[in-house]
Amino acid sequence: MSEGHSTYTPKTGLGRWFDARMPLPRLVYDSFVAYPVPRNLNYAWTFGGILSIMLVAQILTGIVLAMHYTADTNLAFGSVEKIMRDVNSGWLLRYMHSNGASFFFVAVYIHIFRGLYYGSYKAPRELLWILGCIIYLLMMATGFMGYVLPWGQMSFWGATVITGFFSAIPLVGDWIQQLLLGGFAVDNPTLNRFFALHYLLPFMIAGVVVLHIWALHVVGQSNPTGIEVKSKTDTVAFTPYATIKDAFGMIVFLFFFAYFVFYLPNYLGHPDNYIVANPLKTPAHIVPEWYFLPFYAILRAITFNVGPINSKLGGVLCMFGAIVMLFLVPWLDTSKVRSAVYRPWYKLFFWLFVADAILLGWLGSQPAEGSYVFMAQMATLFYFAFFLIALPVLGLIETPRRLPNSITEAVLEKNKGGSGHPAGATAAPETKG
Amino acid sequence: MKKILTSLALIGLVAVAAGAAGTRAIAAEEAHNVANPTHFPIDEPKEMDWSFTGPFGTYDKAQLQRGLKVYKEVCSACHSMNLVAFRTLSDLGYSDAQIKTLSAEYTIHDGPNDAGDMFDRPGKPSDHFPPPFANEEAAAASNGGAAPPDMSLLAKARGVERGFPQFVFDIFTQYDAGGPDYIHSLLTGYDQTPPAGMVIPEGTHYNPYFMSGVSLKMPKPLSDGQVTYDDGAPQTIDQYSRDVSAFLAWAAEPHMEDRKKTGFRVLVFLLLFGALVYLTKRKVWEGVAH
Repeated sequence: MSEGHSTYTPKTGLGRWFDARMPLPRLVYDSFVAYPVPRNLNYAWTFGGILSIMLVAQILTGIVLAMHYTADTNLAFGSVEKIMRDVNSGWLLRYMHSNGASFFFVAVYIHIFRGLYYGSYKAPRELLWILGCIIYLLMMATGFMGYVLPWGQMSFWGATVITGFFSAIPLVGDWIQQLLLGGFAVDNPTLNRFFALHYLLPFMIAGVVVLHIWALHVVGQSNPTGIEVKSKTDTVAFTPYATIKDAFGMIVFLFFFAYFVFYLPNYLGHPDNYIVANPLKTPAHIVPEWYFLPFYAILRAITFNVGPINSKLGGVLCMFGAIVMLFLVPWLDTSKVRSAVYRPWYKLFFWLFVADAILLGWLGSQPAEGSYVFMAQMATLFYFAFFLIALPVLGLIETPRRLPNSITEAVLEKNKGGSGHPAGATAAPETKG
Repeated sequence: MKKILTSLALIGLVAVAAGAAGTRAIAAEEAHNVANPTHFPIDEPKEMDWSFTGPFGTYDKAQLQRGLKVYKEVCSACHSMNLVAFRTLSDLGYSDAQIKTLSAEYTIHDGPNDAGDMFDRPGKPSDHFPPPFANEEAAAASNGGAAPPDMSLLAKARGVERGFPQFVFDIFTQYDAGGPDYIHSLLTGYDQTPPAGMVIPEGTHYNPYFMSGVSLKMPKPLSDGQVTYDDGAPQTIDQYSRDVSAFLAWAAEPHMEDRKKTGFRVLVFLLLFGALVYLTKRKVWEGVAH
């Protein structure tokens, strides 16, 4: 963290020798033991740690799966089934990996919404937020390409539809699409390059995660009050306080993850992906993975032409625009107050936005016809209005509630009646769930 | 925490209201035309009672053996099961000797041998079920232009969309029998009279449970008494359909029992470990207001 010097003192001679030459233990100690975190972090702050273990779990299961997988259009489907039937615990690895992708996204969505709710993106954390957005983009690319690898019907047709977006781009669109596909249609070259990239991207994610954590450790964590840390009483040491809380959050999360892996492993998938890809037979409804559904709904909501922009390009622009919004959030939000806790109107719009995102997700899973289209258009309108109107305007017109002077004051206020003295005082009852 | 819960409840309400409004609108659009439906299946699959559903579900071996018999004597005339090896039939309770005999009943096209010739030989436990047709084109040509699908994964490759809010309840009831329910309903869904005015294409058979149209190319495959059971189970279309659906559920997911058993242990472990970590967390944070 920015303030304070390292308090690491090696106890052994070997430790001192090492520290003088390459202070790796010092880095670990300063980052994960002595690192001060705000004392009022709630369980929404455990998702960073949860995401780290999900990334590691995905990489580990993925490497073993890759040992048994064959990236060839004639063999891919069968090699996945071989994993499911004949490889020792192969079913477990594969279900952990496929459901792990879904739960990775569950965690990242909670992480992102937490950032939006508590204003974690505001200065000086803009770069931290943008690095997070880049991780999210890389995750989407990785998830999409991973879904193509089993070479089922949805793999093939999902790849066809999504790479088709790029052909909507004027002038260079067709060239980009052919570069992605390695030809004019989804085929063996596509599968091979997707496999190579699916193996590469997680390591790029890991790299950006390092930058994300680095940036975090420079500016420090935000907290539910959104007030910066002002004194030592505002913080506690990462270990044991945050470590044990993170550990509990992880176990609860893993419980839900295991529930799906072992009891509902195909719930989040599509039955059509157990049919081998057939380029001559289009499925009745082509549906992407659930975590792309809100963006898919936005894509299909644009059914009209606007001047020179036809509906296809318009849909693609809106879909990518929906992600670009996230990158711009630090500058779209004009409020001086970070946390929604003290912003009654922003809080309302935030929850409406969550509802809107869920509604868009559901609409994305439905056929684009009849009243669904109109609903998707309204929901898309609200999605963009939240970023482009609510965020800038609310900051200017809203009267925030009174802010406490410090984190410590906020904590003591909340714990009134109990013993609220900082570290060392007598037992305080648990108040945070 | 209370506030978060209230907010979540509010979101849920808004989403439910929007969803319900949407569904109703769509239903109203469709209701007007019974003879010319636009959404399939016409009838939702019937939910059956299966031994393999739920957290402690296991396959009923006697049922799987009957289902295998139905597959061998009826389905396998047209449907392949390329991914299933004879050796895995030990899951159904067969001994090694029985599996050897069973696989030897099949002829496997193998080769080339030392002389460079292809040859036929009796099946071995390591072989997979041989397909009824040499290739997909031959299968299509013999079946009115549409190749009968491979059955290895059919129970996972079929499933009618559950719709809102059913798909939310399914998480808690662990509903994982969409495929078997669909197959059973389809097999028992023949012999019904289509609504007046409905056009059934030549060479197809009306079945309100079919998920991609009013009718399908496959004629009614089962009839009462067609397959002889030696364990006293009723020899009816309904029983045959249940048995073969259960058999296909096993074929698609042979490690299901292992999965659910492991899952129970994992969840119990996480529950106990979680409780201990929670108590530790309370101890650590004791005296630190937060």
